[in-house]
Amino acid sequence: MKRAILAALGLATSLAVPAAAEEDIKVGLLLPFSGVYAALGNDIEAGFTVALEQFGSEAGTGFEIVREDTEVKPPVALGKAKKLILQDKVDVVAGIVSSGVLGAVRDMVHGAGVPLIVANAGNDDATGASCSPYITRMSFSNGQVNRPMGQWMYDQGIRKVYTLAPDYAAGRQMIGGFVETFTAAGGEIAGQEFTPFQKTQDFGPYLAQAKASGADAVYVFYAGGEAISFVKQYDSFGLKADLPLYGSGFLTSPLYVNAEGPAAEGVITALHYVPTLDNAANAAFVAAFQAKTGRLPSEFAVQGYDAARALVEAAKTGAHDRASLAEALRQVSFDGPRGKLSIDPATNNIVQPVYVYETVAGENGLTQKVLAELPAEADPANGCEMAPVSN
Amino acid sequence: MAHDLGFWTLQALNALQLSMLLFLLSIGLTVIFGLMHFVNLAHGSLYALGAYFAASLAAIGGYWMGFFLAPVAVAGVGILLYSGLIKRMRKSGPMAQVLVTFGLIFVLLDLTRIFWGDLALAIDAPALLSGRLTFLGIEYPAYRLFIIVLGLSIFAALAFVLSRTQIGAMIRAGVDNDAMASCLGINVERLFFIVFCVGCALAGLAGVVAAPLLSVTPDMGLQILIPTLIVIVIGGLGSLKGAIAGSLIYGFVQTFGAVLAPQLASILIYALLAAVLVIKPVGLFPAKG
Repeated sequence: MKRAILAALGLATSLAVPAAAEEDIKVGLLLPFSGVYAALGNDIEAGFTVALEQFGSEAGTGFEIVREDTEVKPPVALGKAKKLILQDKVDVVAGIVSSGVLGAVRDMVHGAGVPLIVANAGNDDATGASCSPYITRMSFSNGQVNRPMGQWMYDQGIRKVYTLAPDYAAGRQMIGGFVETFTAAGGEIAGQEFTPFQKTQDFGPYLAQAKASGADAVYVFYAGGEAISFVKQYDSFGLKADLPLYGSGFLTSPLYVNAEGPAAEGVITALHYVPTLDNAANAAFVAAFQAKTGRLPSEFAVQGYDAARALVEAAKTGAHDRASLAEALRQVSFDGPRGKLSIDPATNNIVQPVYVYETVAGENGLTQKVLAELPAEADPANGCEMAPVSN
Repeated sequence: MAHDLGFWTLQALNALQLSMLLFLLSIGLTVIFGLMHFVNLAHGSLYALGAYFAASLAAIGGYWMGFFLAPVAVAGVGILLYSGLIKRMRKSGPMAQVLVTFGLIFVLLDLTRIFWGDLALAIDAPALLSGRLTFLGIEYPAYRLFIIVLGLSIFAALAFVLSRTQIGAMIRAGVDNDAMASCLGINVERLFFIVFCVGCALAGLAGVVAAPLLSVTPDMGLQILIPTLIVIVIGGLGSLKGAIAGSLIYGFVQTFGAVLAPQLASILIYALLAAVLVIKPVGLFPAKG
């Protein structure tokens, strides 16, 4: 089905611009289609496909997609990246969900001079100390989506916060981003705990700690299955009334919020995308994504969508080979479902607004009520010294 | 931080609740292991299946339908596994058993992914148990108390069956010396089959009761397997006493470790495991003294 659509797409474009005798741009889609992140990989791919259907015809060239499953294993992903680059000779690679996988393939794409559009992995370092002119991130960085919440929560009158997150790089970077701005604004951290990653299922002991800490609110980062367990357990202990729950938006992502059910109501989080954003580009995206999948798009879907959109925008400038695509991708900017997006030339990281939203009960289950749009801010360079594209 | 009596009571209940969940899982595994020296590493997958069956059944007929039928369905899967695979593997030695049941974990993992998809599911606790109870000056979720009571009741029932009934005597005889038990006319094969099915049903039950508390994900069986094996190794193979003692030790060490020494929480239990292996390699309460 997917192949048929892409073939039709290629056919349509070749009919539309018969003069373009050039070959299709070959795209390696490097995503987890099995393992614990399969749901994310599938959402990103769905978003990617929807964008190619919507905008592909503007590119002046066709796109040939080669998909490879990274699972969640950096060594597997590295092998697949090598195959895409050396054997399939792709012009551009897109995807990558886990930061570990990004770390593993970073030197490979940098060394081979193949542009990589990151569609999820949020590790701050990827657009910091280990940035590369070939790596452009269209998703988010861990610090970026949490930093604005520090000032915002302080402005809401919250003075003492207890934080919780899983004990791994992303957890520490997400909480670090929040703590940095919250304490800078004058707030106080009443206590902090990092729970063993993927080993903690019962948050009871930590919740009792948070309650005893005397904080005004709790700020957390959890994702996936951990997010569901956490939100449900937080509610079952009856903490929400005295100790409101805030966090990084992954906690109440549209992908998981239905499993959380009423326990998620009233939780306030921040993220770069929610499906209820009120703008024309988002309306078109939500409609197209729903028509294709029957679901509302998640933040992962929009990342795939914008990654493909960035590729189309880059191709529109006439870029076709690896070096010209890498150069063009760094200068991409457009109005997408997330609002106005651009790439920070200092780090190649996306610059985008962050939305504070509350999960509320709507007509068809839980929905996201946007409370505030916090302005786009570029990440600090964080040790990134950007070399020019050379090939 | 104000750590009053209520705080410690709360944490003790948390520890007890985790212990009871692990007890439900480990008792089946340990008795199967003790009785027939059969290592079923896919026991955790049966727990995951229990949670998935419960999620599907609860969508049709509410929580209690899942609670009563999902363990039966898991026992049914157990019968299939037994007749299709495990019966043949009985005599093939621990290495082959470990490899085959380890492979089975991945087969079952992928089957759950194919049937239920990659997205995590969840079940709501039944209305009756969704509130909180206030006692001893603290508020505690009713559903967690339900798990504690359920675990203790099953412990009591199993203790009664194993120590007071004829089938219990047969199981104890089989665990102690299966060759002698066969000589005495006990059909060890059938006994094993029954114990296996009950063990599977208990793993399924653990999955059902865990589902409203945790999220239902394909890899939940893998996540619970290590704690369950630790419980068995600490407690000692094949005994009810070992399973309950190991579960309580694990639950309390894990919970109070997380509170008192959070940096050490994830290694504390492994340190204890190592200590037990050094001092008493057969575990604290093994069936065969």
